[in-house]
Amino acid sequence: MLGRTANDLYWLSRYMERAENMARLLEVGYRIVLLPREGEGFHEEWRSTLESAGCLSGYVLRHGELISQNVIDYMLFDTSNPSSIASCLASARRNGRAQRTALTREMWESLNSSWLEFSAIRPVTITSNSLPELLDWVRSRSALYRGAMLNTILRNDTFYFSQVGTFIERADSTARILDVKYYHLLPSTEMVGSEKDNYQWAALLRSVSAHRSYRWVFKDHYRPLKIAEFMILNRQMPRSLRSCYDELTAALRDLAVFYGARHDCQLTAESTRDLLLESNIDNIFQSGLHEFVQDFIARNNKLGNEISAAYHFSD
Amino acid sequence: MVAAFDEMNGLGGEVRAPYKAFAEWLGVQHLETLRQKSAEAEVLFRRSGITFAVYGAEEAGERLIPFDILPRIISAEEWRRLELGIEQRVRALNAFLYDVYHRQEILKAGKIPEELVIQNTAFLPEMIGVDPPRGIYSHIIGIDLVRTGENEFMVLEDNTRTPSGVSYMIENRETMMHLFPDLFSRNRVRPVENYADALLKTLESVAPANLDAEPAIALLTPGVYNSAYFEHSFLADQMGVELVESSDLVVIDGHLRMKTTEGLKRVDVLYRRVDDDFLDPLVFDPNSLLGVPGIFDVYRSGRVTIVNAPGAGIADDKAIYSYIPAIIEFYTGKTPILPNVETYSCRDPDSLKYVLDRLAELVVKEVHGSGGYGMLVGPKATKEQIETFRAKLLDNPKNYIAQPTLSLSTCPTLADSSVAPRHLDLRPFVLVGDQVRLMPGGLTRVALKRGSLVVNSSQGGGTKDTWVLQE
Repeated sequence: MLGRTANDLYWLSRYMERAENMARLLEVGYRIVLLPREGEGFHEEWRSTLESAGCLSGYVLRHGELISQNVIDYMLFDTSNPSSIASCLASARRNGRAQRTALTREMWESLNSSWLEFSAIRPVTITSNSLPELLDWVRSRSALYRGAMLNTILRNDTFYFSQVGTFIERADSTARILDVKYYHLLPSTEMVGSEKDNYQWAALLRSVSAHRSYRWVFKDHYRPLKIAEFMILNRQMPRSLRSCYDELTAALRDLAVFYGARHDCQLTAESTRDLLLESNIDNIFQSGLHEFVQDFIARNNKLGNEISAAYHFSD
Repeated sequence: MVAAFDEMNGLGGEVRAPYKAFAEWLGVQHLETLRQKSAEAEVLFRRSGITFAVYGAEEAGERLIPFDILPRIISAEEWRRLELGIEQRVRALNAFLYDVYHRQEILKAGKIPEELVIQNTAFLPEMIGVDPPRGIYSHIIGIDLVRTGENEFMVLEDNTRTPSGVSYMIENRETMMHLFPDLFSRNRVRPVENYADALLKTLESVAPANLDAEPAIALLTPGVYNSAYFEHSFLADQMGVELVESSDLVVIDGHLRMKTTEGLKRVDVLYRRVDDDFLDPLVFDPNSLLGVPGIFDVYRSGRVTIVNAPGAGIADDKAIYSYIPAIIEFYTGKTPILPNVETYSCRDPDSLKYVLDRLAELVVKEVHGSGGYGMLVGPKATKEQIETFRAKLLDNPKNYIAQPTLSLSTCPTLADSSVAPRHLDLRPFVLVGDQVRLMPGGLTRVALKRGSLVVNSSQGGGTKDTWVLQE
């Protein structure tokens, strides 16, 4: 396989995953903004949403003040924002089109029709009522693409690079949500039990699609420590850091077997996974959640660079 | 203008034999049903992404080439004659290419004015003395045919460089079989789906000699913004070979190599869909950012086969075209089975005078033009257009050729308010390697505007499925 092909497959998966994560974040932010509250609280909510999505500074440059309509437009439609859903779907399709030969017909058609349908939407027609529907649609398109991939792709390097892209992106997203949203909620933990707090914790879990599964796993109220544990260490939770690294190490191991060679990236992924395996949530909090997550994000980025170097993504 | 020959109805009267079963079927179809099928076809094409890019336009500029759902049908007997004519022609074209890059006997014999070849921009002096495997230069050829009567097929143009359109031949058939399965049970249509297989065999057969392994093949595309990108990826996918851009290739240790996830890997046969100018900046265009520096040296030393060969374009140059009958006779010793369209070369003063006197009747084309741009269709032109062209002709006569306005055959086509005759041509695709392989069919291009004779997709033309019937 060409290095450029591997690069494009990796980024195609990242962009599809990112589109889905953006949709989730936006959905949660919007629900919280709708919540009756005093004062200027919604500013804080949009700030943390944009920050979790990694596009706060871009937004501030473009719009300055935090205004719901602008935030929604920036995250959904603004093509000057490389992480907007519009940009993600266009980039995913561009990568897919460049590697049309590596995709199955089902994968390509789901990618192509998502982009075609999204391009046909005019931003002015999106109202508060139609927004949830549109975000649902984005998530279902991402699911359709992944389903098409899992069902039709050959289990070779094409598949492994696609998996790697998906789970690096997902790990990054979950880590950012932890770092921003979770962190911002922490000070209010002394007032645990109030309606609003429950609502916010539920919203946080909702942003990783885990508000129901938390209950199934813990059979308990939302407790901050357990929520963090669920998002970082739980191996049943498909968006936890641990789950992402289970998938990542598996895909990288498959690549090593497929090509008959191991590289730095395999070692790095395994050591990060071992770290998640050996950690417990009390220790993480003792030595600082923020530091832990920052370290994780740095490792995850390093892994991305090592993969790119090992498989000649761009030389 | 006299009524054109119609593929289904001839010159009026009875339905022609190859169309009998189809005409019966068509007779009982409702216009609404056909329209609905046509809309379905468009959805299928759009979903599969079979678009062509419009130059300068972003992704929004991807267009579909309109597809007409009513097929063009060729009888087994008609096809047999076309087959013989095409095979004769492609062998002669390759013999001509070998000759002009070696002993130039045809020039010495005075069959073609020497400067027409030697000073032609399509002639590559760098190719002199190079010996491509099996002596083949043009491996993939599209022959543009027009028809003006029951037995009058003529060659309008040869495409010996990088002919495109074959993916439409295949996808058009796929779509038709999906939309009208019953039609295929009533007509015995020869399949075209094994084109990719034949192409792969052809490419393998011209690999460099003495390889230590199976030849590694790659298809070189200018990239996603090229108008034929869909076709490039389609063919690479169908053959299971890498689709590369020039930035994926590098010359190291005297071999062409591609950059893979496991490092550099050798390429033995490169099916390139880029023009000569963008192959090797060291040889052809030092200002070009495209291309693979050093690839021409690897080619010259026989360590990679470039398909089609650089310099193959001299065989389809419009200035050479009128000499093709002489070329066929010179190399095969036989008269051409498929005639040319009568052509006046305006470089010749007598011809120029003839053309200037009859601008309102003739079609005038630029020698190096393509895609239906920069041409004058006399009978359809306004007085001003004719006068503008007269000035151009007088200014640079060498740049133009003229041909009589042909009454191209028509075929029933789904138009706005009815099924109506529209003019068309035919481009069969032929592969030349260890043997000549011709797909039974080709790309039928149809002028969708009433009365129009220009079938190019850039000028509002569409395509049709092309059926060659079994004996």
